[in-house]
Formats: sequence, C-alpha cells, structure tokens
Amino acid sequence: MKKVYINSAVTISAQDTFESDRFLKSVKKLSGKTIVARYPNYKDYIATANLRRMAEGVKMGVTAASKALKDAKITQPDAIITGTGMGCIDDTEKFLNAIISNDEQFLTPTAFIQSTHNTVGAQIALGLQCKAYNNTYSHAALSFEWALMDAQLRLQQEEAENVLVGGYEELGKEIINYRRMMEDADGFGIQVPYSEGASFFVVSSEKTEHSVELIDMEAHSTLSTTSIQDSLKQFLAKNNVDISQIDVFVSGRNGDVFDSYYDLTAELFENITQLQYKHLSGEFYTASAFGLWTAYSMLSRQEIPEAMIFKGEIKFDNHIILIYNQFKGRDHSFILLKR
Amino acid sequence: MTELRQELKEKIIEQLNLEEFTVADIADDDALFGDGLGLDSIDALELIVMMDKDYGIQLTDPKEGKEIFKSIAVLADYITKHRSK
Amino acid sequence: MGVAITGMGIISAIGHSVEENNTSLLTSTTGIGNLQHIQTIHSQAIKAGEVSLSNAELTRQLQLPEVHNYTRTGLLGLFAATAALENANISDLSKYRTGFISSTTVGGMDMTEKYIKQFDKDITAQKYIATHHAGDSTRKIADALGIKGLVTTISTACSSAANAIMLGARLIKAGKLDRVIVGGTDSLSKFTINGFKTLMIQSDSICAPFDAHRNGLNLGEGAAYLVLESDAVIQKEKKEVLAFLSGYGNTNDAFHQTASSENGEGAFLAMQKALEIAKLNPNQIDYVNAHGTATPNNDLSESRALQRVFGKKLPDFSSTKSFTGHTLAAAGAVEAVFSILTLQQQYIFPNLNFKTPMPETGFKPITSGVKKETQHVLTNSFGFGGNCSTLIFSKA
Repeated sequence: MKKVYINSAVTISAQDTFESDRFLKSVKKLSGKTIVARYPNYKDYIATANLRRMAEGVKMGVTAASKALKDAKITQPDAIITGTGMGCIDDTEKFLNAIISNDEQFLTPTAFIQSTHNTVGAQIALGLQCKAYNNTYSHAALSFEWALMDAQLRLQQEEAENVLVGGYEELGKEIINYRRMMEDADGFGIQVPYSEGASFFVVSSEKTEHSVELIDMEAHSTLSTTSIQDSLKQFLAKNNVDISQIDVFVSGRNGDVFDSYYDLTAELFENITQLQYKHLSGEFYTASAFGLWTAYSMLSRQEIPEAMIFKGEIKFDNHIILIYNQFKGRDHSFILLKR
Repeated sequence: MTELRQELKEKIIEQLNLEEFTVADIADDDALFGDGLGLDSIDALELIVMMDKDYGIQLTDPKEGKEIFKSIAVLADYITKHRSK
Repeated sequence: MGVAITGMGIISAIGHSVEENNTSLLTSTTGIGNLQHIQTIHSQAIKAGEVSLSNAELTRQLQLPEVHNYTRTGLLGLFAATAALENANISDLSKYRTGFISSTTVGGMDMTEKYIKQFDKDITAQKYIATHHAGDSTRKIADALGIKGLVTTISTACSSAANAIMLGARLIKAGKLDRVIVGGTDSLSKFTINGFKTLMIQSDSICAPFDAHRNGLNLGEGAAYLVLESDAVIQKEKKEVLAFLSGYGNTNDAFHQTASSENGEGAFLAMQKALEIAKLNPNQIDYVNAHGTATPNNDLSESRALQRVFGKKLPDFSSTKSFTGHTLAAAGAVEAVFSILTLQQQYIFPNLNFKTPMPETGFKPITSGVKKETQHVLTNSFGFGGNCSTLIFSKA
C-alpha cells in the first residue's frame, strides 16, 4: 500500500494565517458569539467576473485551494475532494428568505444554484478545467475527515497521485445565530466563538521536501467515554505506533462538557505536550482542518506556537503528532502525522 | 428613453453584481452577452425576473431573451413597447 | 465480478417497497401528479413525484415516538434503509464491520423552511435548528439501525447517491468494511421547487425524457439504499446475491455551475471510467438507465455522450424519471434499485411519454416494457456543479 503525504497546507481563518508566514506568532484573542475570518484579497486569486456570484465560503475555499496547489507546485490534481458541514449556508439563507419575503414570487436563480454543498468543489474544477474525480462530504464535524479519508483511499489504492482536499465553512447570517442561542442556553456549551474558514491541502503519494506523512486516520460516529481510550489504543496498535512515541497531542477543545473526552485521552500519555486550537480558529464543523494545518506546520517547520499550549512545554524535536477531534461527544476522529 | 436606458444600466450593474462596471462603461449598443459585458445564461434568467417584477413583462421561454437582451438599446425599446408597469 | 449487493430498500412516488415500485414499473403507472403535502403557490403550475405517506404516517409505520425531530428527509431515509437491511436478512449488525453512507441535497430543509421564522421564540420549532445540516438525517438513521463506526454523508447535488454507492464499494474493496448500507434520501421542499422554477426547467405536465418537445423535469422525493457485502461475508453466510456492482466512474464536466456541456464531456468520461473499472466493452452493456431528467439541456448532452461512448450500436435505454420524478440526491440509488430489478427479472422498464425523437440525435428510448436478456446495466447520475457519476450493475 502506498504511503500518503501532505505536501502543502493553507488556511484562511480568524487569525492572520493566509497572508502571514509567521505561524501564529501573534494571535488575536477571539471573543463574542461569532467571529468572521480574516478575508484575503480574493482578486489576487479569482477573476472579478467569477467573484461576483460567490458567497464568502466559496471565495475562501477557491482561494485556499488555489494557494495549496501553488505551494505544492501542482497544476492539475487527480481528484478534488471537499468537506463542509453547513454547506453554502449564506446563499441558502438568501434564497430561503427571498421565498418567504416575496411569497415565492420574483425569485432569481443565482443564490439557488450557488447554494448546493458541492459549489466549492465545482468552482475549483471549473477554474482549473479539471475533469477528474470530484466529491463533497457534508457530515457535520466529520465532513473534512471524510474528504481526507477518501483522498487517503484514492492514494493507497493508486487511483491518484495528487489529491486536492479541503474543508470550508461560512458563518451565514441566520441559522448560526440560532445555533449559538441554543448553545448558550445553559452554562455548559461551547466556550469559543463560532467562526468560519477554509483549509486546503495537497495530499500525495510522492514525497517532497515539505512532506509530512499521514500515517493513518480513523473516524467513529459514536464512541462512549468508557471506550474512547481503548479505541485510541487499538488505532495506534494497528499502526504500530507506541503511545510513548507520540510527541504532541492536538485536541479540539472548545470548553464544553465534552472536553472530558480529551481529558480521558490525555490520561494515556505521560509528559506529553498538549495543544489546543479552537480558541484561535473558533468552532465550526470543519475547524479540525485548521487543526490539521497547525499539525502540518509544526512538523514541517519544527515549531510549536506558544499560543497553542494547553498543558506541557514546547519541545523542539517532534516526530509524531496525534490529532483528536469530536463534536458534542459525537463524530470522533483520530489523525496520526509523522515528520 | 434615455432615462430608461440609464435606469436599466444601473439595475443590471446592481442586480448582477457587476462591481467592476459603472454606468458610463456600458454603451447603449454594447453586447450584453458574450464578448461585450460577458453576461451568461444565469444572468439571462436574472433579467427575465427583472422584466417581470419591474415592468410586468413575462417571458416564458429563456430563448426569447436572446434577442431582447442583445443590448441596452434593444432592451429599452422592447420594454417601452410591452411594459404594463 | 465486483461488489455483491444483498439487499435493497426504496420508497418513492411509485411505491413504499421494492415490490410496489416494481409493480408500478411493470404496469407503466407513473407516480407524478399534483402535490398533496407541500403548500406552495406553484402547486397548479407543476407536477411532482410526491411520496403518498405523510410525516405522521411515516412516523407510525416506523414506530417512532410521536414527538421527535426527524425531518422528512430522515423519515424517508430510515424507512428505506430499514427495508434494505431486512431485505438482506441482517439482524445482527455487530457481527461485521458495518458502515452507513447516505446522501442528501436538501438535508433538513423541509423543516427549516417551515420553522425558520419561529426559531427565535417557539420552543416546539427550536428542535429543528440542529436538523438543518446534511449529516443530521444520516446520523439519525445510523443510530436507529445501530451503526457506530464509519458513517458519512455525500452531497454532490443530483449525483449524490451514485457517489455514496461508489464509496461503499471502494471501502469494501479496500478491506475497510465488511458490509455497508449505501444510498440517498431527499424530501420535496419549497426551496427546491422554487429553485428549479427560477431555472425555468420545471414541467407543468408529466415529463417526457428524450422527447423533442420535452419541456423540463418534475421534482420527486424518495429514498433508496443498497446493502453491499464483501466476498468473505457472502461465502461465510452463504448469502444470496441480488446483483453485482461491477463498475463506477466519477468525473467533473468543468463546464458550468448548472448546465451540462454540449458534447457531454463529463458524462462521457464517467461512463468510460465505469466501463474501464468493470473491464467491459461498450457493446457488452445491454441497457442504460439514463439520467434523463427531461430538461432540454440534460437530455441532449447525455444523448451526445451516449453517442460518443456507444457509437452506432446504442444499447436499449430509458429514463425512469417519468415514473418517480427527479428525486435529486436519491436518484442514483432509486435508479440503482430499478437497474437491479431489470437484471433480476431480465426486463427493461419503459420511458413514459416519449413521442418524437429529438432532431439532433434521432434517439428512441424503450417506450414499452420488454423482456430482454440482460447481463450488464449502466446507469447515469449527473448534478449541478458538473458532478457526473456512472454505475454499472451486473447479473448475479
């Protein structure tokens, strides 16, 4: 079975991560209920004529994808695979509100045709004139993980050599506020702002000087607090990785009661550097793609940003990183990366 | 007529989100589709709704739009002749 | 031979079981008519393929508690997925690594569009805030069936279920799963009715795929799932195989956000890829269950693609969307079930309402049901965003 490498990683997020190369050296403290991403100058990446119909998520997705390909020096990927939890929610809300406020009359098509979940994958393909495999996953907090797993499968099965994979989310204007309202109804909810962003990667069966190896990944729809430790142990054993070999543990902590899953997992390790990222990215269904971007950057640059420390100290010689994310005790994913 | 042409230019720029254009950039006889303004079939559907909503003109077949949306001048002529609003 | 199919379940406008769907297909009875459940100002101007059961009736039949927050998409999906598992005689899910791969385009839109303006205050409406996203119905169905591991949702517009079926087959081939339930579900919604209305491609009569005078599609709703099992499970459990999924292809037309290219490039490539995976020559395909939505653009583009793949020897073909309407994400799975029925019964279902061949190709679909020796069936699903997928099913 072929090995799988991540050869480039790009993220547009609430932090200065797209234009700056300073890898989270100066971070913005996020507060409030929701927070928008730092939007780049899209015109550098997308023709003005094409920009006019795109909502924020599509713009972020196409832009991040374009830079990820450029960074990996790939002009035509063998597959384009995206993940998004809420899809093109902005145009969805726009069209829905037009239906409601105009009583189903005088509706125009643009918002409707831009509202399907596959719009980003489609626009990337259109821009590149890429007729290859094209797929979109929309499965809550596993949307991006499934895109990455599909890419892994294509590379392992030698169906592709270079795959463009990404996750994106846009805040929208309405449903997100209701979700926040429900979240804040009791005191145990998510403690970081809801946010948005796009993270894209080129994964490949070819190793380059910037490569980080994706050892393996796994997803579980449900896992109980009593089975989480065993599931992780089995995942590591399957990949011949001993717990002591893991240098850094990146978790998707967001301050809600389900952080207990991360605490239980962390118990398995002694003196490990525990990192978190959602206080930097905000929470959204594909925030874990931002988590993967941090892990890729840490291994390829051999740097750990101070701002990510949850427990433990900054170490300098890091080889293996484990990323674990879950959302509300559901949709668990483990990703194992190696320098 | 000049007024209607001006109004149509403004509407098209706003409705179709043509940020890079101003009213002055669009000549009355410029082709709206293809090489001119670069509009496409989705824009045609947007314009069909505008015709209905703002001028009371109902087009049932998108193909009819081809002739009518040729240029601002042609469009303004058509609206003047057929408007019910 | 491909990946074995051991069970299927379906609910559509032409029936609530595989048997009922089959009967309607055999008797040329369309399910497209006037809307019963959805309130829309367009109800006089369109025809649609609505599932006759109301949400309350689905709730009763599924034995769910009266108060729940399933959307209609979830109810239809659970109904068909449960039937598929039963059809495959699977009761113990823990015995093998079992996955669930669903697909949807509208997700929980049927409830969102009803309640969005009540979300701020109305407690009974608020239970639908969390059900809007596409993964909600999938997760509910997986939970109800007891599937805990690999569970996901694909959303590539009208090619979604074909991609779900394809992913399931790939996961089994790669040895990552022993068994997987694959398919899709979509309910009708005001959102899609109005959306297709703005594109001016919705017909006011029962659609006529591939006809020269076709004037658009009918929307439909429904859900369908297949059960795929690995060769090892088939042998160990001595399971009866309904048919094999022998080929699949996924490509992108990269032409336009909604329209298909004139020469059907994406469709052509998808069919070629599927033939390549199935190791079949075009002349080995006995029947094509076409995407055939009856929009002017799709049917011409698909015909051109068929012409390019099959040359002068075009196999028998028909579009069954004149029975069910276009069930969007579910279409690929609905038509997979029909393709398997064709293989099981050696019988090709007709394309209703066809009268005049389109001048560009002169293609004539099968217009009345016909008995025919059928070894391999190819079925197409194309979607917005240029997503093109083809599946090939082969006789067991």
